[in-house]
Amino acid sequence: MSDKVTNIVLVGVGGQGILLAAEILSETFMLAGFDVKKSEIHGMSQRGGSVVSHVRYGKEVFSPMVPEGDGDILFGFELMESYRHLSLLKPGGTVVVNDLCIAPPSVLIGQDEYPAGMALKIQEVCPDCLLVDGQNLAIQAGNARAANTVLLGAVSKRLDIEEKYWIEAIEKMVPKKALEVNLKAFQMGRGLK
Amino acid sequence: MKEILSGNEAIARGAYEAGVKVACAYPGTPSTEILENTVRYKEIDSSWATNEKVALEVGIGASFVGARSLVTMKHVGVNVAADPLFTLSYTGVNGGLVLVCADDPELHSSQDEQDSRNYAKFVKIPMLEPSDSQECLDFTRLAYEISEKYDTPVMLRTTTRISHSKSVVTFGERIGAVKEPKLERNPAKFVMLPGNARGRHYVVEDRILQLSKDGVSLPINRVEMRGTKMGVITAGISYQHVREALPEASVLKLGMVHPLPFDLIREFASKVDKLYVVEELDPFIEEQVKAIGIPVIGKEIIPICGELTPGRVRKAFGLPENAPSTVEKLPGRPPNMCPGCPHRGVFYTLKQLNAYVSGDIGCYTLGFMPPLSAMDTCVCMGASIGMATGAAKVLSPEERKKVVAVIGDSTFLHTGINGLMDMVYNKGAATVIILDNRITAMTGRQENPGSGHTLMNDPTNEVNFELLCKAIGVKNVRTINPLDLDECRTAIAEEMERPETSVIITDKPCVLIKREGVFKPGAPLQVVDDACAGCRACLKIGCPAIEWIPSSGKKGKAHIDPLLCNGCDVCSQLCKFSAIKEAK
Repeated sequence: MSDKVTNIVLVGVGGQGILLAAEILSETFMLAGFDVKKSEIHGMSQRGGSVVSHVRYGKEVFSPMVPEGDGDILFGFELMESYRHLSLLKPGGTVVVNDLCIAPPSVLIGQDEYPAGMALKIQEVCPDCLLVDGQNLAIQAGNARAANTVLLGAVSKRLDIEEKYWIEAIEKMVPKKALEVNLKAFQMGRGLK
Repeated sequence: MKEILSGNEAIARGAYEAGVKVACAYPGTPSTEILENTVRYKEIDSSWATNEKVALEVGIGASFVGARSLVTMKHVGVNVAADPLFTLSYTGVNGGLVLVCADDPELHSSQDEQDSRNYAKFVKIPMLEPSDSQECLDFTRLAYEISEKYDTPVMLRTTTRISHSKSVVTFGERIGAVKEPKLERNPAKFVMLPGNARGRHYVVEDRILQLSKDGVSLPINRVEMRGTKMGVITAGISYQHVREALPEASVLKLGMVHPLPFDLIREFASKVDKLYVVEELDPFIEEQVKAIGIPVIGKEIIPICGELTPGRVRKAFGLPENAPSTVEKLPGRPPNMCPGCPHRGVFYTLKQLNAYVSGDIGCYTLGFMPPLSAMDTCVCMGASIGMATGAAKVLSPEERKKVVAVIGDSTFLHTGINGLMDMVYNKGAATVIILDNRITAMTGRQENPGSGHTLMNDPTNEVNFELLCKAIGVKNVRTINPLDLDECRTAIAEEMERPETSVIITDKPCVLIKREGVFKPGAPLQVVDDACAGCRACLKIGCPAIEWIPSSGKKGKAHIDPLLCNGCDVCSQLCKFSAIKEAK
C-alpha cells in the first residue's frame, strides 16, 4: 500500500443527504482495508445552509480535514456550492458535480441573482469535470431521491477501490426497501464516462 | 470489532466500557451526540437535564453514592455548571466522574470560542484531550481510572473537529467488576462548609502537584523523536494538523493538557534546537512552558482566533501553500428557518411592530437573518428575559413598550424561568414570548421537560407553561397560534402596550418532530400565476419554499416549491391578491 492519502471533499446544501454519502464513502474505504478519517460540521445542516464534508483515506491519515488545495476529488451536490469550494481542490483535480441549482435565501427573496454559467465556470477552473444529471438518472433508476447514489457511482469509477466494497457499504447503510433502486442508481453512475 | 465512529460516539462507547451507570447532559453542539449514543446501552441511565448545572449535579449525586457517571456539555455549558464544578474539585468523587466539555473553535455553532482548558487550571483538576476517535474511547476509560485513583473529577476536552470527525475505532469490553452504588456517609469530605473545605483545599493542591509528577510517565503524554532540529509541543486536533503539515518535526504529544508534565517538557526541550507550541485558541500550554523558563515560539506565529487547519499550520511556519483558485464573490448560503416553521410569523410580526427584540439561543436566533431581521440582542442561554428587564428599567415609558423578549421552550426551562421570576418580582414591564415548539430543535430535536418524553423515550410529565407562568405571578398570560398573523399581531401589540409583565406562549410544534401526530403538515400551497401581481409581499417572510422568479411575467412572480411547502399558510395571509391557494 502506498503512503498516498486520497482526499475527497463533498459539498452541497443542508438536507441533500451529503452526510449519508460521506458515511458510505468512509465505510467503503474501511472495508477496503484503509485508514479513514472524515470531518464535517453539522447541527445547522438541516436548516438549508452550506455543507462541507471531508473524507480522507490511505495507509495512515492524520488530519481529518483535507488540506487546502490538496483535494483529489470534489464531489458536488449543487453547482454554486461546488464552485464556491473549488479552492479545496488540487490543481488538476477532479470534479463530479450534480447538474442542480438550489437558490440561496438572498436569491429566493429576489435580492441577488443565482450566478449564471456555474457549470462552465467550474470547467474553466477544472477541466476534469463530470456534470451529472443526477435527478433524471435517479428517476430512470426508479426514484428521484436516489440522485446521490448516481453521483456516488460516478465518483466510485474515479477511485481505485474494488466494486464489491462499494456494494457492501451501500447494502449496510441504505434501508432495505430502498436498496434495489440505489444499487441500480449506483451502477448507472458508475457507467457514466 | 472495528467501526468508524465520531468522537462523540467513541466517548459514549468508552463510557459504556468503563462501567458508567449514569449519563446526564444538556444538549449543545458539538457535544449532543454523546448522550444520544449512551442511550443505546441499556446499562446506562441516560437523561437530558434542564441545564448543565443540573446535569453536573445529577452526576455528582450518582458519584457520591458510588456510581461512575458521565456529564457532557458544550463549552459555554461549563459556565453554567461552573458553580458545582469548583466545589466538586474540593470534595473529590466516590465513583469516577468525567465531565466532557466540547469546545467550538471557529464558532461553527456557538456565541463565543472560549478555551475551556482554562477551567481545568482554574478548578485545579486534570484534563485529557484526545486527538481522534480511538483516543476518545481510550481516554474516556482512562479518565475514570484517574478520577478514582486521584479522587478527582476529570475533564475530557474535545473540539468540534474531534467530536464530529470520524475515524476507525477498535472496541473493548465493558469492565466486569463495577462497584455497586450504596449509601455511604462521609460528611468531612462531602459537606463543604468552611471548616471542612479549608482542609480539602490542601488536598486539591497536593493532588495537582502529584498529577503533574505522574504525568511524566503517563503513556498518553508521549515523545515522538524524528530529528533534533525542531520540536513541537501539541495536543488534541492540533497534533493531527502538525503531523500533516510538519511530518519531519519531533513532537511531544500531550494527552493530559492539565496539569502539564513539566519534567517531560524540560527533557523534550533539551533534545531539540528550536521549540514550538502549536495549539488552538489561547496560549494555554505556551504560557506555562514560558513560566518555567523555557523559550518557546507559539502565538507569535500560530493564530489565536479560529480553528487550525493543516493549511493554517503550514502558513504559520512559512511553508508554501497551494494557491487557491480565485473564485468570484457568490451569494452566501446561511442556514434558514424551515418551511412551515412556527417562528416565522412571530418574527414577521415583531418586525412590523418595530419591537426591540431581546433574543435568545435556539433556531429562532435565525430571526436575525434577513428578510425577517427581527432580533436586536443575543448573549447566552436564558439572557433574553433578564436583559429585557434591564432595558425596560431605563427606557422612557414610550420606548419601554417596544421591548420584547423571545425565548424557546427548552431555553426557557434551562435558565429563562429565573429571569421571568425576577421580572415579575421586580415589577418589570416587558413582553415575553415563549416560542414553545415542543422540542429542543436547534441541536437536533432533543426531548425536554415540556415535550412529554425522556431521552430514553419514556412518556413523562409535560410542563404546563401557562400554569407555570401564572404560578410565578405573571397576570397576563395568553397562548396564541403563531401561524395566524392577525392573532399574532393583535396579541403582541396589546401586550406591548401593557405597563407590566406579559407572557405570550405560541403553541405550534417544530416541523422536524418525528414522533407521530405532533406535527401535521398542511396541504402544499401554490401561486396562481394569473393572480400573482408580483408585489413581493410573500417574500418578506423568507420562506425557503418561496422563490422569486424575475423572468416570470412582466416584473417577476413568486413560485412555491410544492415539495418543500409544509402548508403553514402564513404566506397566503400576506397575499392581497388571493394568489396563493392549495395546490391541486
